[in-house]
Amino acid sequence: MSGYNFAYLDEQTKRMIRRALLKAVAIPGYQVPFASREMPMPYGWGTGGVQVTAACLVPEDTLKVIDQGADDTTNAVSIRAFFARVADIATTEHTRDASVIQTRHRIPEAPLREDQILVFQVPIPEPLRFLEPRETETRKMHALEEYGLMHVRLYEDIARHGEIAKSYAYPVRVEGRYVMDPSPIPKFDNPKLDDCPALQLFGAGREQRIYALPPYTRVESLDFEDYPFKASRPDHPCALCGARDSYLDEVVIDDAGGRMFVCSDTDYCNDRRAAGHRGEMAAPFEEMPE
Amino acid sequence: MYVAVKGGERAIAAAHGWLDEERRGDPAIPELGTDQIRTQMTLAVDRVMAEGSLYDPDLAALALKQARGDAIEAIFLIRAYRTTLPRFGASIPIATGAMACERRISAIFKDAPGGQVLGPTFDYTHRLLDFALMAGGEAPSSAPQSEPRDAAKPHVTEILAREDLIQAESEHDEVDTPPDLTRAPLSLPASRALRLQALARGDEGFLLSLAYSTQRGYGRNHPFVGELRVGTVAVEMEIPELGFAVEIGEIVVSECESVNQFTGSKTQPAQFTRGYGLVFGRGERKAISMALVDRALRWKELGEENTGAPAQDEEFVLAHADNIQASGFLEHIKLPHYVDFQAELELIRKLRSEALAHLGADA
Repeated sequence: MSGYNFAYLDEQTKRMIRRALLKAVAIPGYQVPFASREMPMPYGWGTGGVQVTAACLVPEDTLKVIDQGADDTTNAVSIRAFFARVADIATTEHTRDASVIQTRHRIPEAPLREDQILVFQVPIPEPLRFLEPRETETRKMHALEEYGLMHVRLYEDIARHGEIAKSYAYPVRVEGRYVMDPSPIPKFDNPKLDDCPALQLFGAGREQRIYALPPYTRVESLDFEDYPFKASRPDHPCALCGARDSYLDEVVIDDAGGRMFVCSDTDYCNDRRAAGHRGEMAAPFEEMPE
Repeated sequence: MYVAVKGGERAIAAAHGWLDEERRGDPAIPELGTDQIRTQMTLAVDRVMAEGSLYDPDLAALALKQARGDAIEAIFLIRAYRTTLPRFGASIPIATGAMACERRISAIFKDAPGGQVLGPTFDYTHRLLDFALMAGGEAPSSAPQSEPRDAAKPHVTEILAREDLIQAESEHDEVDTPPDLTRAPLSLPASRALRLQALARGDEGFLLSLAYSTQRGYGRNHPFVGELRVGTVAVEMEIPELGFAVEIGEIVVSECESVNQFTGSKTQPAQFTRGYGLVFGRGERKAISMALVDRALRWKELGEENTGAPAQDEEFVLAHADNIQASGFLEHIKLPHYVDFQAELELIRKLRSEALAHLGADA
């Protein structure tokens, strides 16, 4: 697109972001402040992820963008169209074909590879924020590895509810050091963060923070010996592809309490159906998207 | 049937088309020109320039037209444009003492060198709807011409400063390297220069409410409007090849210096203190608000007590003053959150079934 640099940001800005990314990779789980730019989409729409993606993209890249696991949600469509326009790069809906994947709220079901980068959009990067609203305090707590408050909070949940009442944005500990917010992914996705072959980058635009998980980083969800972490999913198979190992969206289908459960990862679901898997509500001779 | 949202791409294109149509409104009515907005909706234009941090009345008028008159949307358009512009350098500080004032009032002295200039203010209008404006066509009554007062108008606070009755501002603070909030992440504690920069870009409504809260006792600082001036100043820039500063343009700004009561502390003898507000364009409400908030934030430097008031809390004020950040994050909750909500549904169902099983067992 004329009038704008490749991938929208000017090269000086990309260099600034890449420096922050390098630092983030060097200190896994540590939140690196960066001079986040005002982007042509609102804060909260993924400006952090968009800036990280823009700083990573090269013309040979193939980009996939998902929101809630799906390629066809409005904001995923909008961000994909943005990069197709300002970077003129190839885009895909297939996890296996993508070199860079920007995501909001999910990690794809298909295993990622070493030659892939997963970019997370992050609203509140600070896992301690809801315990302590002050940045000046939380930075100190991280520096001193003072995570007692977090454990007390988790313990209180168990005392009150019999389990840790945190279903998404479930805090993790990175390489036994920094406690990190994995962005609002369901805790079902937490185990995928651990020992992942792909580079995982996290961008929070409004809060001006970048952090990272280099490939094969040890990532543990916080728990207690007697209350071990459990990834949970709805106890149903996908109604379209029959998968029992994927995260599901619950779709209300009538006004009488009717529900169906389908894979939130649309690419995974399509792939399975293309391979002949059928759920109980799949059309018998369904035309498959390419 | 699987009926979840599909075809986002088509929906977005259609929504944009509809939006254009709504912006244009009834095609039987002539389209609004940006020149009309620039010259007749001047205070809206000024607000967009101030909070958009870009002095360009033409672009601000365009942004207002494109945003259908929504100030925050227009400010957002300007910010997103501004961020793509190269930085050539910094101007030398503008000399507001040499301002060509269209308005200049002091609330602490009946008269001051240079005189009081009321200017085109709403202050003493009666807020009665002027139905003649609705009928249109009425030429405005021409203002009685007065002698142009080009007498020098030194800052009123200088009068107090001569007697050492008001706190002296340090002159050398960071003057050489002004911080740039848009090029470096905000780090706390912030310098006063950075605080003022954040306030100058901050949301007028937010600053107004914070300033109001200080008047009502939450971090009270007894302000007087020492001086309020609105007018045109020259912007000069040092050109390295030339070795001296040349004027590169003129801008209209509003400046407020508040004079605040201060009884002295362990470290300071009794003296008046200052708050400072400066905004692009004609925005005196915001300039006054900014001065009060600036003053409230200076408690530490003056050895005052922190009463825990919101306006005294630097982190609270700076983190929440920007309306583009605030509106973006607030409105993002419109975006799909199916996945998180699904996780919450599972959890609530589980907790409830466990609790109900307990109740059943007790009965």
